[in-house]
Amino acid sequence: MTTGILPPRGAAARRRAAALRTAAFMSPWLIGFAVFFAYPLLSTVYFSFMKYDGFRPPSFNGLDNWSYVLTQYPLFWPAMRNTLWLVVVVVACRVAFGLGLGLLVTKIKTASGVFRTLFYLPYLAPPVAATLAFVFLLNPGTGPANTVLGAVGLPTPGWFTDPDWSKPALTALALWGIGDLMVIFMAALLDVPKEQYEAAELDGAGAWTRFRHITLPNISPIVLFAVVTGVIQSMQYYTQPLVAGKVAAGVIGGSGQQFEPGYPEKSTLTLPQLVYNAGFQRFDYGSACVIALVLFLLSMAFTALLMRRRGGLIGSGD
Amino acid sequence: MASGTTAKKALHWVAVHSLGVAAALFFVLPFVFLFLTSVMSDQQALTRDLWPRTWEWDNYAQVWHTPGFLTWWRNTLLYAGLGTLLTVCSSVPVAYALAKFRFRGRRLSLMLVVAMMMLPPQVVVIPMYLFWAKQLGLSGTLWPLIVPMAFGDAFSIFLLRQFLLTIPDEYLDAARVDGCGELRTLLRVVLPMAKPGIAAVALFQFFTCWNDYFGPQIYASENPGAWTLSYGLESFKGAHHTDWNLTMAATVLVMAPVIVLFFFAQKAFVEGVTLTGVKG
Repeated sequence: MTTGILPPRGAAARRRAAALRTAAFMSPWLIGFAVFFAYPLLSTVYFSFMKYDGFRPPSFNGLDNWSYVLTQYPLFWPAMRNTLWLVVVVVACRVAFGLGLGLLVTKIKTASGVFRTLFYLPYLAPPVAATLAFVFLLNPGTGPANTVLGAVGLPTPGWFTDPDWSKPALTALALWGIGDLMVIFMAALLDVPKEQYEAAELDGAGAWTRFRHITLPNISPIVLFAVVTGVIQSMQYYTQPLVAGKVAAGVIGGSGQQFEPGYPEKSTLTLPQLVYNAGFQRFDYGSACVIALVLFLLSMAFTALLMRRRGGLIGSGD
Repeated sequence: MASGTTAKKALHWVAVHSLGVAAALFFVLPFVFLFLTSVMSDQQALTRDLWPRTWEWDNYAQVWHTPGFLTWWRNTLLYAGLGTLLTVCSSVPVAYALAKFRFRGRRLSLMLVVAMMMLPPQVVVIPMYLFWAKQLGLSGTLWPLIVPMAFGDAFSIFLLRQFLLTIPDEYLDAARVDGCGELRTLLRVVLPMAKPGIAAVALFQFFTCWNDYFGPQIYASENPGAWTLSYGLESFKGAHHTDWNLTMAATVLVMAPVIVLFFFAQKAFVEGVTLTGVKG
C-alpha cells in the first residue's frame, strides 16, 4: 500500500506489492463475493437435489424437486405467467410513460422545478407504504379513486380484489413511482445536441419526424438500459404484489401466519413470492431452491443480454 | 407572421403546462387522499367522503403511541444508519481499485459485481437463512441484514466506480509523485473529489434499507422487537384492519422521513439516479 515511498526494488517484488495492494483494497468484496454469493449459490444448487425441511437431515432425491415444481406444484405456472405478464406490460408502460414524462419535463418552462419534484416524489415512497396507500385508494367500495372515476362516469373496477384488474392496479402503482426513469430520460434528452434539432427544423421536419429520427436514435442506449433494468426489476417484483395481496385479502398481520398467496385467485403471485411460499410457509427447501434457480437463470439470461448489447455498461475506462 | 408564431408559442405553452398539471394530479392526489383520510374519524374513513368532517389530529398521536411503533423506528434507523455506514466504508476501496488499478481479473471482477447487482435476493435466501438462523442462531435480529454490508454492496461498488472513473488520473499521479501511498491518495485526494458520488451511494443505500421488506420478513418476523417500519406497517394494517384512518396515518409517518430527507439532499439524489443510467 506504500509503493511510492519505498526504495527501488526488483520488478518481481514490485509486482508482488502491487498485487498485495490490490488484494487489500478488493478484500471486502472478495469476502462478500465468496460468502454471500458464490457459497449460497452453490448451496442452492445442492439443496435443489435434496429433500430438506429444516428439521430432518437433508437427503438426496435426484430430480424429484425439479419435476415436482415444473409439473405438479400448482402455483408455479400461474406465478411464471404473472411474472412474465408483469415483465412485459409493466416494463413497456414504464418505459413509454417515463420517456413521455421526461419529454414533457424538458418542455415545461414555468415552475419546472416544482413539476419535476412533484413527478419525482412518489418514487421515494417506501414500497410497503405506497402499496398500502394504493390498496386503500383503489378499494372498490369506498376508495377515493373509484369515487372520482364514478363521478365522471368512468368504469369503477374492483382493482386489487378482481383477478382481472389486480395486475393493472400493480401497473398503476409502478407508474406512480416512475421518478427514477423520468430523471434518467430527462438527462438523456437534454444531452441530445441542439444543432440537430435546429437543422431538422430548417428542413421543415415536423415534431414526430424529429422525435423519430433525432431524439430516438440519440437516446436509444438509455431506452435499452431502461428496458433491461426494468425487466430485471420486474422479475424481482416481490414487496408490492405480496403486500397488495395480503392487505386486499384482509390477512391479519404478524409473524408466522399462513396465508394463501397471490390474492385474488393467484393473480398477484410472482416467482420470488413462490420462493418464500415453498421455503418458509411449506418448509420444502428443496423446491424453494429449484424456483430460486429458475429465477436465477432468467435473471442471468437478461444480464448477459445487457452486457453483450450494451458493451458500455462496464466498458468505459478500459 | 410574428404574431402567428407568438400565438403558436402561447398555445404550445398552454398545451405543455396543462399536460404537466394533469400529470401532477396523478402524482400528487394519492398523497392528498392519503393525508385527508389519515385525519378522518374512524367511521368517516369507511365512507366515500373525500374531505374530513372533523380533523382528528389525535390519530397521529395514537399511531405514535402504538406499542412497538418507536421500536420499529429505532430498528429501522439502526438498520439503515449502520448499513449505510458499513456499505460506504467497504465499497469505496473496492470501487477505487476497480476504477483506478490495473490488474489481472479486473474485468472479470467487474462482471461479477454486475452479476451480483442483478441477482434477486430470493435466489440465495434459503442457504443464507439456514446459515444465519440454524448455524449462527441469529434469526429474530437484524444482524443477518447488517453484517453483510461490511463486505461491499454490488450496486454501491458499481455506482462509485462509475463516479471515480470521471476523476482524471493526473490528480492521482500528482499525489503519488508527492509520495502518497495508495491509501493516502484515496483518503486525501480521491475522497474529497468523490463526495457527490459517495453522497448518492449513501442515500441510495439508506433508502434501500429503509424500504426493505423482504429482509426483515425473513430474519426478523419471529421477533416483534426486531421489526422495522416497513415490516411493522404491514402488521399494523393487519391489526387495525378496519381503521383505515390509523393505517393511513401510520403510512404517512413511514413516508414522511424519506421525503423530508429528499428535500435536504435533492441534488445528490437526482445526480445519483442520473449516474446509474447515463454514465458508462
